[in-house]
Amino acid sequence: MGPVHTVYGPALLCAGAGCSQQFGAQPQWIWFLSSSYVGAHSTTLMPTVSKGDGMRGLAVFISDIRNCKSKEAEIKRINKELANIRSKFKGDKALDGYSKKKYVCKLLFIFLLGHDIDFGHMEAVNLLSSNKYTEKQIGYLFISVLVNSNSDLIRLINNGIKNDLASRNPTFMNLALHCIANVGSREMAEAFAFEIPSILVAGDTMDSVKQSAALCLLRLNRTSPDLVPMGEWTARVVHLLNDQHLGVVTAATSLITTLAQKSPDDFKTSISLAVARLSRIVTSASIDLQDYTYYFVAAPWLSVKLLRLLQCYPPPEDAALRSRLTECLETILNKAQEPPKSKKVQHSNAKNAVLFEAISLIIHHDSEPTLLVRACNQLGQFLQHRETNLRYLALESMCTLASSEFSHEAVKTHIDTVINALKTERDVSVRQRAVDLLYAMCDRSNAKQIVAEMLSYLETADYSIREEIVLKVAILAEKYAVDYTWYVDTILNLIRVAGDYVSEEVWYRVIQIVINRDDVQGYAAKTVFEALQAPACHENLVKVGGYILGEFGNLIAGDSRSSPLVQFSLLHSKFHLCSVPTRALLLSAYIKFINLFPEVKATIQDVLRSDSQLRNADVELQQRAVEYLKLSCIASTDILATVLEEMPPFPERESSILAKLKRKKGPGKLPDIDENRRNVNGSSEHSENTDTTNKVSYVLNLNSSPSTGPSLLVDVFSDSSTSASVDVSEDNFSRFVCKNNGVIYENQLLQIGLKSEYRQNLGRIYVFYGNKTSTQFLSFSSFVTSSDILKTHILHCLIASYPIIEGGAQVQQILNIECVSDFTDAPVLNIQFRYGGTLQNIAVKLPVMLNKFFQPTEMTSQDFFQRWKQLGAPQQEVQKIFKAQHPMDTDVTKAKILGFGVALLDGVDPNPANFVGAGVIHTKSTQVGCLLRLEPNAQAQMYRLTLRTSRESVSQRLCELLGEQF
Amino acid sequence: MQFMLLFSRQGKLRLQKWYVPLSDKERKKISRDLVQTILARKPKMCSFLEWRDLKIVYKRYASLYFCCAVEDQDNELITLEIIHRYVELLDKYFGSVCELDIIFNFEKAYFILDEFLLGGEAQETSKKNVLKAIEQADLLQEVSSFAVDRFSAH
Repeated sequence: MGPVHTVYGPALLCAGAGCSQQFGAQPQWIWFLSSSYVGAHSTTLMPTVSKGDGMRGLAVFISDIRNCKSKEAEIKRINKELANIRSKFKGDKALDGYSKKKYVCKLLFIFLLGHDIDFGHMEAVNLLSSNKYTEKQIGYLFISVLVNSNSDLIRLINNGIKNDLASRNPTFMNLALHCIANVGSREMAEAFAFEIPSILVAGDTMDSVKQSAALCLLRLNRTSPDLVPMGEWTARVVHLLNDQHLGVVTAATSLITTLAQKSPDDFKTSISLAVARLSRIVTSASIDLQDYTYYFVAAPWLSVKLLRLLQCYPPPEDAALRSRLTECLETILNKAQEPPKSKKVQHSNAKNAVLFEAISLIIHHDSEPTLLVRACNQLGQFLQHRETNLRYLALESMCTLASSEFSHEAVKTHIDTVINALKTERDVSVRQRAVDLLYAMCDRSNAKQIVAEMLSYLETADYSIREEIVLKVAILAEKYAVDYTWYVDTILNLIRVAGDYVSEEVWYRVIQIVINRDDVQGYAAKTVFEALQAPACHENLVKVGGYILGEFGNLIAGDSRSSPLVQFSLLHSKFHLCSVPTRALLLSAYIKFINLFPEVKATIQDVLRSDSQLRNADVELQQRAVEYLKLSCIASTDILATVLEEMPPFPERESSILAKLKRKKGPGKLPDIDENRRNVNGSSEHSENTDTTNKVSYVLNLNSSPSTGPSLLVDVFSDSSTSASVDVSEDNFSRFVCKNNGVIYENQLLQIGLKSEYRQNLGRIYVFYGNKTSTQFLSFSSFVTSSDILKTHILHCLIASYPIIEGGAQVQQILNIECVSDFTDAPVLNIQFRYGGTLQNIAVKLPVMLNKFFQPTEMTSQDFFQRWKQLGAPQQEVQKIFKAQHPMDTDVTKAKILGFGVALLDGVDPNPANFVGAGVIHTKSTQVGCLLRLEPNAQAQMYRLTLRTSRESVSQRLCELLGEQF
Repeated sequence: MQFMLLFSRQGKLRLQKWYVPLSDKERKKISRDLVQTILARKPKMCSFLEWRDLKIVYKRYASLYFCCAVEDQDNELITLEIIHRYVELLDKYFGSVCELDIIFNFEKAYFILDEFLLGGEAQETSKKNVLKAIEQADLLQEVSSFAVDRFSAH
């Protein structure tokens, strides 16, 4: 036990010379106080001094409780007291105010110890209606702490409050307002929300009452915003920002901020007043704020609140106001560089509180590159500060800075410091911030480094944050994978390092990606095969391994070290250690092996035939074993090959991992790592708008007779009666601009896949209809329709019908197409069938676009420029400048341009970052030469696309098609 | 601010102030979880942590922890100084305040807090003004309690 410093304990604050300057940083009296049940020496003395009116009975009771040696003794003492109080309250003798107050206080104390209190409310209401301040105060306190929804009681309480509000006695009014603010119930809002605004703005209201009224209204607005009336008073509240009393300004600023969040337009006038007030506090050195100066910092609370209020609005439009605000923000940033005026931590905390709020405002405005970069540099300094708190906040604040396009690059320069923080910070909450920041600053240029660092951190990371890191690594690896072998390696590493934290979403996703990308399948098979060699590998690896070898094991079977039998034995060696779902997956892999490798059929059949499989206690496993065995015995090779065909590509959709991380972090908490970084004043939204208008006008052009709204589609496809009421799906249409194969449509019942080939002005499309259900589709028919105008431009073959498509089966239709002359619209594939008695109608826009009829043309630089000049007429050129919607990756861009159908010409453009292409569109009647140039601007994340052809409509259409691909 | 808790090193709650409507059960669960989380942290650690969807700001003064829960957009450092200003107010009022003052005069601790913070926001940040309000109230109190003491046995 340590030394006793005072009669009854250590002061919370130590102002003496012997104390360290940081209050409570190194507590020296940890044995002290509240060890209620310890022993004789801990018996507490009652305070020798008591302020105000000491209620001796209460003090004795509190002492008694503290001297109880056990929980049981405490409960016994409390029950005794409760019985006593009950009898007093019920007794015949009327209690005087003092006793009532004392007993109500005891009840309150008992409640705060954690015991339930179900009486005393009536006595408390009596107290708050008393004329004696001291009784009133305790009555209000009890009611504030022990809110009770008994309606009779509420009527009485409201009555008491009403009287006090009307009393014109400021201390009574304050007590009443405090009570409303503390309880904040709907009933109170109903009773007083109309009255308080008038108290707040009345000319003769005392300052302290104004302050209470403002915050009381704030609380009511938070709990019942519908009950707080807006009105004439709001304009007058805004003018409280000019009040002489800084306490009033402080309270009013909080209220205005809350109200402005609800209806910003009503409080716009507060912007100029807030800037003016802030400017007076921040920039004038001479002003004496007296008691509102806190450790040499002028009105830090008010400054923070004003900066917060300004974050409800965009940057001021008025130039003078805007420059005054900028001046304030610059001054705050400048002050951060000045030497401290005090060594006390309170000084630096208050100063930095204002600084961080200013930085928040700068980030919110996201419009002044200089300020953003200065903010970033300032935070960079804090990243290495000796105060843990500042390092934490700097990491947190930089996270939002990383999503601004102006400061993203500046944030990236701190990558080494942040990685170092991840390795050396001793506090997990700081490391967590470092992980968040690395995630936010990640882009294609540093993805490999960041993913590697996160992976190595994962080995020692705290259990509480492992799952989140796993999700983040998986997302970054997928998002920034140029080379999918790296992606596969990363995910397998994740499973190795933190297999228990790899959720289903993560391993599902790696399989989806491997199946959809045939360039990585062989590598994936080889890598999982190698990973499975480890004597102890995680069950998630067995799942991924089983699935991938089952699909693509054939790609590595040529090597004798990974022959079919070796693959099978390897998988089967893990079988007995795995859970039921994994075993079920492995059984499916085995039957796939039988299809892939006839030579291991007998071995696998033996395994399936064993008692441990055929008579397995688990129904699912047993059923699989029985069915797979039977299937392998009776089905012909052809049927087996059909049933066990390689899995078709998964439809592209948002990563389920990202959805999971969003769920985990809660909405709005996830930094935006999209390439499409936030833009100045939301101009990205603007460009989206233009896009839609373009689309609409282009559909309208199609239509010879003017029509509007819903009838549009009917007109366009008027030759088809059935499709009239069906929306045409265009979801995947634009994905096919640069590719010919894939899934064009999918719903719960049906999947439609396409394979297309084009040569000159001719094309052939294979349409595959897959029944995803286990039930038949009846009277299945499909036919292609196009507008009358389009019909004259392309020709195609039309109808296919099938009486039945069995559950799980796939049928194929062939469409032949000829391009007569250039066109803009696309034909529509209409599908009709019966499923479970209901008629299904589906319409899908077929991806037949003008660029499909491209033939690439190689040419020299000289030829190119000669033709470029020839096509110089204004109507021959179409240009589009647009924001990048995908990562700006050179290889991907090249692949897309090639997929578009033109030849990529190297060495033509003097700037090697630009792309130049040439090709000829073949139609039956004519050929149209086409030159294109794409100029990426990585810094602004923008592109400029220029097309020149001899025909205006062709330039226009090609530009539209290609312009949506990047 | 959503709530403020004062608790001892042994995890005993000394004061709790809630600025959002929560049931008793929820309050107890939150207090229990949070007290446990904070007591498990080492002395040199950062004063802030993410907890559920809230930001927790806490600081230890001698034997007592002061802990505030604020929302995502709130300023951590200024919250830390709200705690400090409250400690200063208690200290000035009680004269070298210690945990026992708060236990035996819990009602005063609440009254001081109400003058300083209301609805979870700073109402009056001037130390002088807050103390003036409390002292005026005490003056009213002393007059009345003097009157009572003469007539009451207990």
